[in-house]
Parts: sequence; structure tokens; C-alpha cells
Amino acid sequence: MRFAVIVFPGSNCDRDMYHAAKDALGEEAELVWYQSDENLADYDAILLPGGFSYGDYLRSGAIASTSSIVTEIKQQAALGKPILGVCNGFQVLLESGLLPGAMLRNKRLKFMCHFEELVVQNNETIFTTSYQKHERISLPIAHGEGNYYCDPATQQQLEANGQIVFTYGENPNGSVADIAGIINEQGNVLGMMPHPERAVEELLGSADGLKLFQSILHNWRESHVTSA
Amino acid sequence: MLQAPEMTPEVVEQEKLYREMGLTDEEYQLIQQIMKRKPNFTETGIFSVMWSEHCSYKTSKPLLKKFPTEASHVVQGPGEGAGVIDIGEGKAVVFKIESHNHPSAVEPYQGAATGVGGIIRDVFSMGARPIALLNSLRFGNLSSNRVKYLFEEVVNGIAGYGNCVGVPTVGGEVQFDNCYDGNPLVNAMCVGLIDQKDIQKGIAAGVGNTVIYAGAATGRDGIHGATFASEDLSEESESKRSSVQVGDPFMEKLLIEACLEVIHSDALVGIQDMGAAGLTSSASEMASKAGTGMEMNLDLIPQREQDMTPYEMMLSESQERMLLVVKKGQEQEIIDVFTKYGLEAVAVGHVTEDKQFRLLHKGEVAADIPVDSLAEDAPIFHKSSKKPAYITGFEQMDTYIPEVQDHGETLKTLLQQPTIASKEWVYDQYDSMVQTNTVLAPGSDAAVLRVRGMDKAIAMTTDCNSRYIYLEPETGGKIAVAEAARNIVCAGGKPMALTDGLNFGNPDKPENFWQMEKSVDGMSEASLKLNTPVISGNVSLYNETNGQAIFPTPVVGMVGLIESLEHITPSFFQQEGDAVYVIGDAEQEFAGSELQNVLETNYFGKAPKIDLDVETLRQRQLLEAIQTGLVESAHDIAEGGLAVALAESLFDQTLGCEVTLDGDLTTALFSETQSRFLVSVKQENKQAFERVVEDATYLGDVTNNAKLQVISKGKLAISESVENLKALWKGAIPCMLKSKG
Repeated sequence: MRFAVIVFPGSNCDRDMYHAAKDALGEEAELVWYQSDENLADYDAILLPGGFSYGDYLRSGAIASTSSIVTEIKQQAALGKPILGVCNGFQVLLESGLLPGAMLRNKRLKFMCHFEELVVQNNETIFTTSYQKHERISLPIAHGEGNYYCDPATQQQLEANGQIVFTYGENPNGSVADIAGIINEQGNVLGMMPHPERAVEELLGSADGLKLFQSILHNWRESHVTSA
Repeated sequence: MLQAPEMTPEVVEQEKLYREMGLTDEEYQLIQQIMKRKPNFTETGIFSVMWSEHCSYKTSKPLLKKFPTEASHVVQGPGEGAGVIDIGEGKAVVFKIESHNHPSAVEPYQGAATGVGGIIRDVFSMGARPIALLNSLRFGNLSSNRVKYLFEEVVNGIAGYGNCVGVPTVGGEVQFDNCYDGNPLVNAMCVGLIDQKDIQKGIAAGVGNTVIYAGAATGRDGIHGATFASEDLSEESESKRSSVQVGDPFMEKLLIEACLEVIHSDALVGIQDMGAAGLTSSASEMASKAGTGMEMNLDLIPQREQDMTPYEMMLSESQERMLLVVKKGQEQEIIDVFTKYGLEAVAVGHVTEDKQFRLLHKGEVAADIPVDSLAEDAPIFHKSSKKPAYITGFEQMDTYIPEVQDHGETLKTLLQQPTIASKEWVYDQYDSMVQTNTVLAPGSDAAVLRVRGMDKAIAMTTDCNSRYIYLEPETGGKIAVAEAARNIVCAGGKPMALTDGLNFGNPDKPENFWQMEKSVDGMSEASLKLNTPVISGNVSLYNETNGQAIFPTPVVGMVGLIESLEHITPSFFQQEGDAVYVIGDAEQEFAGSELQNVLETNYFGKAPKIDLDVETLRQRQLLEAIQTGLVESAHDIAEGGLAVALAESLFDQTLGCEVTLDGDLTTALFSETQSRFLVSVKQENKQAFERVVEDATYLGDVTNNAKLQVISKGKLAISESVENLKALWKGAIPCMLKSKG
């Protein structure tokens, strides 16, 4: 399986994402510069890493979301390709309209970085089938603007459709409905604030994030076998 | 003001304008001798920043020469952007510490942020990828609103810059004492990783080669920052807020990636960041080191503001700028890399043979100075020194013996002292995990990062208990180095080398200079003994407000090598049933202790003794025990003594411990006797451990009852719930910040 890790100016978790896909999962991965003329159609999944694209100036993810590579990502999303946005990557997905809602500053108005307990609310997505439903996992968070907001109607819809994939065990940032990660209606675009790519080795405190990458791989193989 | 380019050389002399720039009459005369004419306004400004203490070390040089700087594992000692040590398999670690005290005192957010930015540039200008940041911070009494503001904004600035630039902040220390009320200390350390073949130098070699300016445009910020850093803080300092630079971490992130790409080009000859004294120091130092000269056309310098004078351009300390020397004819391939990252890179001059530093501006020569005179001819002062009277007084005092009634309550009080209390409020704001190498995060004795692709890890720490140095500078200097090494050993590492961040008061006062001399003597002796040479560093003097100096604070930033990932050792107890040992006995040593501060709100007496032979032996034996797999956890005994170390060892899980202490309980619990460790060992390894570590005393066991219990003379002297202790320890700093002073 081939993963594209999109690198915007100011992305800083790009290498971590690359190592997670390449070394921990053991699949092919490439860092793709946002202006590169590579064709995203040549990749099987697209990963949008964390960091501070464009310094988070204007609004987190706002400037990156207007780049031409995001137009391509939207095309790939429409074709059903797995797309994962983590932290700043999630913010880019929100700003580009691929996922609903917006981010506010954390309720304590401070950046925070530590492990948080998450609950897997939906284990029937292509990103989460290796988890048990309601499994409690430990992933790091590292953000200043991770306080997810959406209007009540959207929240209702997210809940009704099972689009809330991860929630926080103890809400650290004020997110609506303890939301840590959501998926689009089609089920192929996942955005989450916690960092699964930082939790793929026990040496660094947790390997709970690895199952997310394994789920992507497993489901890609399944769909490949079926379609072949 | 100092912005009058039409000032003739005569006016500079007659009106003594050089004084406003920080030069003395004697220095000005010396400049005339060197130039064989009167220097013009721009030239005088260039000399003034290059000869400032911050750039020239004119006061501290005689002392810095005392530091041992060599060992077989040292690849690059002092003199380049940062020091380099060999960690095997062709890899090396690059590191340096730098202060940003004065800017942080007047504009804490930007002061701290640009301190971080500057030290990162020192590391990647060597060709290394920055992999970790640490910071050593000192603030005054947290009950004052001004101190709270400085503390919160400094932390905010470090977080704002470090998080964005994508380098994890993995460790450091924060201490609080009244002497830092008006003059906080902000020392930032950066550690980088490099393949030894990629090490770069800041040299302008090859006559005819092109000088390229890259990164942010030059503005009017930070003019005379280096000079500002070389004088006392006072009420007037507030008006020098414009001397503080403004940082842009996004720009820095792009600069890192571009520079790390550029170093692989054979077109690159030399690279240096523009730090203190900006374009002036980077350009003149690069030429001076290469034995060449340099000519630059200032009209070509990217400028953020209109009508900038040569003086302003040369003295600006705008951030995120680099200077490169590139082989003639190959400029475009370098420029293309910067362009890819959206950065400006412009050819602004060339390397010359005549050893002159020549600047052209609007068709005229704006400055023409013998380049070596800037870097090497700065006067060196041998300041007079005198033992302060207060120290003689302390020496004559009887041993200070505190009176403690309730040991449990005293422990609780100590745990809530801001210097001891949990710093989670601070480090939770730092991204400590980005780059995914952090094995032991902030809160451990030393931070540990694995080295990808190797079975090795590196341990790093910053340390300096300035209270001991205030009491006895030489002993305190030894302790600072020894304590840093202790922290490295506790994590399972072999101490390799250190970077020094020397923070002192005004060196013109003989008492201050004596403190500098003595603490450097102590540090030198300990570095030599522990084989941890000084490979880089920084000097910050004039840390005084309204005539009152800080405690002498020579911060030690140390890096150690962990030979195998299996040796990485936590500082917390790991499981029920493990045996608890203390290495080294306590004596009645309370001067400079946290307990003395609590009981007397002051420090006096003689600092704890340190025997470097004992220190070396214990460190060696403990490391051997760790490397043979006999140790479950190791923690150094520092502020607050064994009692605080025991409590801290319990704050990771829900374990407890029951220990029996002999002799005077106050001494056993709270003395700050040096060269001591708290260690836990599996029951089956007890005998083997005792054979390796001679001075280890068995105290008791780790329990599962979540209680810290201390037995003395057959009675239960302390029995405290760990949950309760932890709540006090964790809550202390957030609580102090919330209450209005």
C-alpha cells in the first residue's frame, strides 16, 4: 500500500506520519511537498500531518486549505480514497469543507501536550476496525486549538450517522460532545486532534495508534482482493 | 537618538556619541589607532556591538580559558555555532545553551521566543537537525503580580515558538528566588543530531566566492540588542523595549528545512546564523575565521522598512536570517532551494583577499574596517576581584541546624514550594513529543531521546542550584556540574560533555567578579574530574536590577550517551515489592537548602560539601548497576532532600513505600548532602546491587498501599497518602498563579 504524506510549509509532524506508515506499519510512504507535480491518484491513501501550516496565521489550516493540492485531495476524497487528517491536518479538512465544524482555542486558552484516554465510539470505519467498540486507548494530544465546535443540528447528524469516531475520556479542551475525531458521511475522510502517529511504539509510551494504520491497511487489502 | 547617518567622524568624537553605543573613551581611542583615522558613525556602531561583552566576551574570556574543552569524544569545542560530540556509528550530537535574560525582562513573550529561535539557528547552522529544546528558567517570588506575568509570558513565548517550529521541548528546570524578581533568567538549550560528514562551519573561504543573505528581511528591530544585553537593567530599560526582537517561528521552520537541504550541496562553503549583532557579527566572524575579507553591497540587503541607514542594517537583530558563502557560479542552485520554501536568498557580496570588512551603500563606502580587529582585537579586561564580605560572614557561622517538629507537615510544605512543586503547568504547554523520539519526557531527572536507527539514546538535562553558589561559589560550581551528571546517570547515561550558560551580575564590581572566578574554578574542576568538557556556552553579565545582582547562576546543560535502549531508567518507582536504597549518607547540611528557605526565608551558612572522588565513584558504580540490569528506577537527591525524592518517586503510579531511617530524622529526611541517589531494585537483585554499589543502604520496600511511610526509632514518623501529597505538589503552581498578589 502507498501512503502520501502531504507537506505544507510549516507542517511539522510530517516525518512522524511518514515513519508510522513506513517503519511501524511497514508499507510504502512518500513525503509529498504541496507544490509537487506528483499525481495523488498514484497513492492509495492520503495523510495530512500535524504542525503549523503557514504558521497558523489567519486561522489554523485556513491558508493551506486554499492550496491547489487540497483541490486534488477533494477529488481523491470523492473517489472514496482513505484520507486521514491529524491535528493541523484535521483543521485543514475542516477549513476545506471536507468535514463539518470548526476549531476554537482550548477552553483554558493554553497549548497542551500529554497522553489522553480516548474512547473508540465507532469501530466500523475503515480506520478503526482493528479496535473494539468502546475500547479505551491512549494517544497524545498536542494542540492549542482543538476545541471542536459545530452547531446542534450538525452534532445531531454526526451522532445519528455514527460519524463521531473518537471521544475523550475526560474532555481536555472543551470540544462539543467530547469529540476527538469525526468522519465524513461517506466514511473515507477521518479528522482527529489526537496523534495516532505518535503512538506506534511502546518505547514512546503507547502503541495504541498503530491499530488505526493497521485498520487502513487491512481494509485496503480487503477491498483490493474483492475488486480484483 | 542614535539614528543620524550624517554624523561626521568628528561629531562622533567631539560629542562622544560612542559612549551612547556602549564604548568607553579608551576603547574609542583604541579604535582610532586600529583604523589610523577617526571611525565614522557606522563604523563606530559596528565596533561597539562587536566589542560588547555579549559578542567579545572581553570580561569573561580570561575565565573561560580555564574550562577543559577536550576529550576523545569531542568533535568540535567552543568557537563555532555549537559544540559537537561523537556518539558512534558516524553520528554526532550538537548542542549549545544561550541566555535571553535582558530581552525577557522587558518583553517576556518575544524575549523568550527569540531566545529559542536563536539557539535553534546555532544548531542547524552546524548542519544538524534540531531534535530537542530545554530551558533553564529563574524567576522571583511568585506572589508578585509582575513575576507572575513574567513567568506566564516567558513560558508562553517558549511554547509559541518551540511548538510551531516543530522541535520538542523535552526538559529543563524552573526555580524561584527573590533575587530574580526584576531580572528573570531565560536560558534556552538546543540539541541537534547530525551525520559527522555533514558538519558545517561558519567560514568565508575562497576569494571571489559569493556571499548570500537568506531568510527574513532586515528591519529596525533589535538594534543594539547585544549592547543592551551588556549593561544593567534599570527603570530606563523599559524604554529599550525596541531593542527586543520579534520572532517568526514559521519563517524559522522554513529556514531549517531549506538550510538542511542546502548543506548537501557542494556549492556551500560556509553558513552562519545572524544572532547577536546580526549581519555585523556573522559576516565579520566568517571572514575572520577564514583569514579573508568581505565586501557587501548594502543596497542589496532585503529590507523590511524604507530608508534604512547602513548603521541600522548592520546593527539590526531581526530574526530568522542566515548568511552563506557559496562557490562562485553556483549561486542559483542555492537560491533555488530557498525559493522552494518561499524564502528570499540574495547575493549581497563576495569574499575578498584584503582582510577588510567593506560595506558599500548608495555608491559610497559606508564602512571599511580591518576584519580581524572586530573579532580578535577586542580589548580583554582583567577585572579586579574581591571576596564578598557576606561570604566571610557565612564561613564564620556555626552549622545551621533547623528545628522541625512535624516531619509530615514539613514534607507537605516543601512539596508546595514552587522550586520543588510539579512543573506540569509549564511543560504541558510545550510539545514534548513531536519528532517521535521522546522516551523520557519532562518531569524525569533527565530527558531521554532515542536515536532512530541506532540502539542508543541520548540523555540531556540542565541544572544549577544557585543558592549553593551564592553561599560558596567554588563548591556551588562543582555541585552544578556534578548534579547535572547525576541526572544523566540516573537516566542510564554516561555524561559526555556540557554547555555552560553563565549568568552573573555586573563584573565591574569586584565581589561579582570574584563569584564568577570561583564558580568557574569549581565548574572546571568538576568537568575535568567527570570527563565532561565544556564544548559551547554563553555568558550573560549585568544581570542586576537597580544595583542588586542575581545569585551567580552558571547553568550547566549536559548531554550523556545511553549505550543501549535497555539502559533507559525512569526516576519513578516501578512495582510493589522492589527494594528501596539510598546511596550515600546524609550529614547536617542545611545551608542553602529548601528547608532553610522555608524556615528562615533566607540562605546563609556554608554550602554542602562535595568530594569529587566520591561523586565519581558513586556515579560510576550506579551506572554499572544500571547497565547490568540491576536497577528499576534511579532519582537524584536534590532540593528538599531524601523526603522529597521519596515522594517524587511515587508520583507516577499508585504505589507506596515503607522505609526505615536511622539517626536524626530531620537530617535523614531533609538534608541536602551531595552525591546521593534514591534507587529501587528488584528483590532478587539486592545482593548483586549491593556488591556493585558500595555506599548503598537498604531502606525498605515499595508497597501497594499508596502511602509514604517513614519509620524512625521504631515509630511511624510519617504516614501520608500519596494521592494527597501529589495533589499538593501538582496544585501548588497553578494555585499561586490564580491568587492575586
